[in-house]
Amino acid sequence: MAKSESTTRPPDDADPGSVEAPRPHAAADHHRPFLAHHYQSYKQQFEAGKLGMWIFLLTEILLFGGLFCAYAVYRANHPEIFIYAHHFLDKNLGAINTAVLIFSSFTMAWGVRCAQLNQRKLLMVMLSLTLLCACGFLGIKYVEYKHKWEDGLLWAGKYHPVEHAEPADHAARPPGRPEAQSALQRPEGPRYAGIFFSIYFMMTGLHGLHVLAGMAAIAWILVRAANGHFNSHYFGPVDYVGLYWHLVDLIWIYLFPLLYLIH
Amino acid sequence: MTDHSTHPVTTEDAAREAEHYGHIMPLWVLAGVLLTLVVLTVATVAATWVDLEPWNLAIALGIATVKAALVVLYFMHLRYDHPFNALVFVTALLFLAMFLGGALTDTIQYQPDIESYRESRQM
Repeated sequence: MAKSESTTRPPDDADPGSVEAPRPHAAADHHRPFLAHHYQSYKQQFEAGKLGMWIFLLTEILLFGGLFCAYAVYRANHPEIFIYAHHFLDKNLGAINTAVLIFSSFTMAWGVRCAQLNQRKLLMVMLSLTLLCACGFLGIKYVEYKHKWEDGLLWAGKYHPVEHAEPADHAARPPGRPEAQSALQRPEGPRYAGIFFSIYFMMTGLHGLHVLAGMAAIAWILVRAANGHFNSHYFGPVDYVGLYWHLVDLIWIYLFPLLYLIH
Repeated sequence: MTDHSTHPVTTEDAAREAEHYGHIMPLWVLAGVLLTLVVLTVATVAATWVDLEPWNLAIALGIATVKAALVVLYFMHLRYDHPFNALVFVTALLFLAMFLGGALTDTIQYQPDIESYRESRQM
């Protein structure tokens, strides 16, 4: 198998100079500096990398899946907790953060396009915009967390709402089910209300960590782009980081209605 | 804007000629997806202003799924990607559905017993 591969090269390989001999070690290959020596072509390297990235994203979906499961089980069993507690989340801040993250996904997708088209400067602009949006997202998240910290609206066990803690939307609480209404009479809300905040902090916290990791990855890509590493032959890392960033956006697309927009 | 908007055809052709791999997403598709996602975000917030019980949750999740599909198909290029990558993604969703479905079926089964036990303890 290895022998046939080295003699019959795939037609997509655009380097006629190395058809005769097996490829030299990557360090010696000045024509294709970022082609690892165990790949025949940039295309093969890209497809392998992309498959690896998708398999990683699969594990990410299952990682968040555990938290989505906790959410589903508690919401199915205690809907009144969710109806009560979501009033302490600021719908407007959540919507703004959704828009910020969607826009950052757009600039990231545009950045991948720039890398594919050899647009180095525009790629750097797009990556910087994506980083800026990520900072904005975390900034808004910080404001939200700070507010909850001050009001004692923390995870179960640390859930001690202070007297003046008011629903973030300042609206009259909607007429819910009777049991939810009676639960509102209690000063601390319905029984187990802290569980909502446990789930809220776990889900948005893990998501926030992913935003941080994504920012580190984008910063790495930005440095490499500044060094002129990417072109229409070699743009894999931009694409892989883009896929990761879109997944972070994807998770938030579900977190926003599930946590902020409960009716 | 830079060179790509003035000579989009020539740059893309040059990139394709160099090595035929990777799907280059047209800018208008990316912009269209962005616009649709923003409109859907406004729609999902607006949907909470009206009482459509018991459909509010289904509507919110439906809109989120349309948004997610747009991100996956266009921003993540999955529509133009190798089908095996799509299979990996769908596999993840399948196992997530089995996980959620199993856990929910289980908990809904025994929840009434927990409730009746708690009520009997309070009496």
